[in-house]
Amino acid sequence: MAEKILMKGNEAIACSAIRNGVDGYFGYPITPQSEVMETLMAEKPWETTGMVVLQAESETASINMVYGGACCGKKVMTSSSSPGISLMCEGLSYMAGAELPCLVVNVVRGGPGLGTIQPGQGDYYQIVKGGGHGDYRCVVLSPASAQDMYDFVDKAFDLAFKYRCPAVILADGVIGQMMEKVEIHATKPRRTNEEIEKTCPWATVGKRADRPRNIITSLALESDVQEATNLRLQAKYRKMEEEDVLYSTYMTEDAEYLFVAYGCMSRIVETTVDMLRENGIKAGLLRPITLFPFPTKQIQALVPQIKSAMSIELSAGQMVDDVRLAVNGAVPVGFYGRLGGNICTPQEIFDAFKKFNNLQ
Amino acid sequence: MDIKDIIKPENKVYGKTPVLTDNVMHYCPGCSHGVVHKIIAEVIEEMGIQDKTIGISPVGCSVFAYNYLDIDWQQAAHGRAPALATATKRLYPDKYVFTYQGDGDLASIGTAEIMHACNRGENIVVIFINNAIYGMTGGQMAPTTLLGMKTATTPYGRDAKLNGFPLKITELIAQLEGTCYVTRQSVHTAAAVRKAKAAIRKAFENSAKDKGTSFVEIVSTCNSGWKLSPVKANEWMVEHMFPFYQLGDLKDR
Repeated sequence: MAEKILMKGNEAIACSAIRNGVDGYFGYPITPQSEVMETLMAEKPWETTGMVVLQAESETASINMVYGGACCGKKVMTSSSSPGISLMCEGLSYMAGAELPCLVVNVVRGGPGLGTIQPGQGDYYQIVKGGGHGDYRCVVLSPASAQDMYDFVDKAFDLAFKYRCPAVILADGVIGQMMEKVEIHATKPRRTNEEIEKTCPWATVGKRADRPRNIITSLALESDVQEATNLRLQAKYRKMEEEDVLYSTYMTEDAEYLFVAYGCMSRIVETTVDMLRENGIKAGLLRPITLFPFPTKQIQALVPQIKSAMSIELSAGQMVDDVRLAVNGAVPVGFYGRLGGNICTPQEIFDAFKKFNNLQ
Repeated sequence: MDIKDIIKPENKVYGKTPVLTDNVMHYCPGCSHGVVHKIIAEVIEEMGIQDKTIGISPVGCSVFAYNYLDIDWQQAAHGRAPALATATKRLYPDKYVFTYQGDGDLASIGTAEIMHACNRGENIVVIFINNAIYGMTGGQMAPTTLLGMKTATTPYGRDAKLNGFPLKITELIAQLEGTCYVTRQSVHTAAAVRKAKAAIRKAFENSAKDKGTSFVEIVSTCNSGWKLSPVKANEWMVEHMFPFYQLGDLKDR
């Protein structure tokens, strides 16, 4: 039987990284995610798996250390929270442009600015739509439990290496700080340098005589070369939309009213769905697990059976744009959210739902 | 005697190292970059480490260094090369990792990254090209621009009140415990080139000995940016740059 340990979501990230063959972690302290690096430093994986763990001088340095490690074909990651992620967006754009795999964990707090250390989901636009400059996307996974935090580390690296792109675990402060039972699965060893050279022939690990030199760059001064890169990236993003959409549903089979919510909010909305069902209202929930690629088709498939859809977020309404695009005007789309680190209660959502749908 | 009788292997006195590619360099005639590239390439060949060397190129004129040295390259964001080098060296401790950075890259936008990589004593080599100007963007003021020096953004000369003082970052780097070798060289004469090459070789050798960071500044010319002929630029450098940026070892342990 798999071992079960009570731990915070942030600790689950660290434990999973050590047990899933991650080669390097580079980070900088920021609330509410500091437990990731604290756990790694306490566990001393450099003495067991050989994993490198380094506290950098800034988030800017952290992401560029990740860039350097990724250039070498290594499984490298960082974690931060919203203000730190803003500093990392330069590096994310470079890594998307240079087509490098990596993992960035964002345990979101309320913003803008220094904002609050309480949970938020206000970084949706930044992470899902861009953040850095240029036309790029990251694979974005949204965990709703400490177990997801553990499981998504490996999943994120699989997708990052499949597409040679940055993957982001977009968690919120609730998921990072909440303690839950986490099932520890079988471990995965770190890849050997020989395996890396074989599976990542592009990696800059020293030019062997039998191959041309490897150059990792995001620079192309010729417009046609840059456009070709852009088109290759876009083709990759379309492939993600075809092959790697992840989502889950709760009571959607006969649902007449649809909620869409991710992260901690998806768990709270489940309670609201139960409350509405007790009142004879057939509500259901679709939880996007990948925020990019977004489950557009899956929402569209539910449109014929629903009277309305509602996005519930810890933001002023960001994911709701994607829900509206999916529904495309077929039924009304509503929104309810709280800001500043406040968390919607099931009753608040219940009331907001009734108001939006003009139900007594 | 015909010239064909002279061009024979036994008469060869000099050859271009194969570590230098045959690509035509984009650098302006008279620029120091080409010479520095060449001596790095020669050191890599002579040490037999072409298959173990990873270069990190900066943003600036030498962003394209990867076109000229036949080794694996990573092209960093502006100023961040030491962060890339840190991770690369820590993940591959048996490789030789060097950054190649200009004054804007290293001493302005990348000040935090270079100071902390050196302070941690990363076992990397830093090649720092100081020509006191931003070459690629069209000759603007650099952190190392001398007082009174005219650039595109100091058209009346650098004024300390308006623009602050030229930054002797190499002197700061030498203060850090993590550095083992800090030197300032030049490549304006054959003798200077030989000394600079010896310094670069020592720096690469240090990086395999777990001694800490080796930092080689090359006081360089940017004759296009300085609006001087190559010869005049060398003379100007000797007359104005060397008194402020004095050549020699600042630290060697």
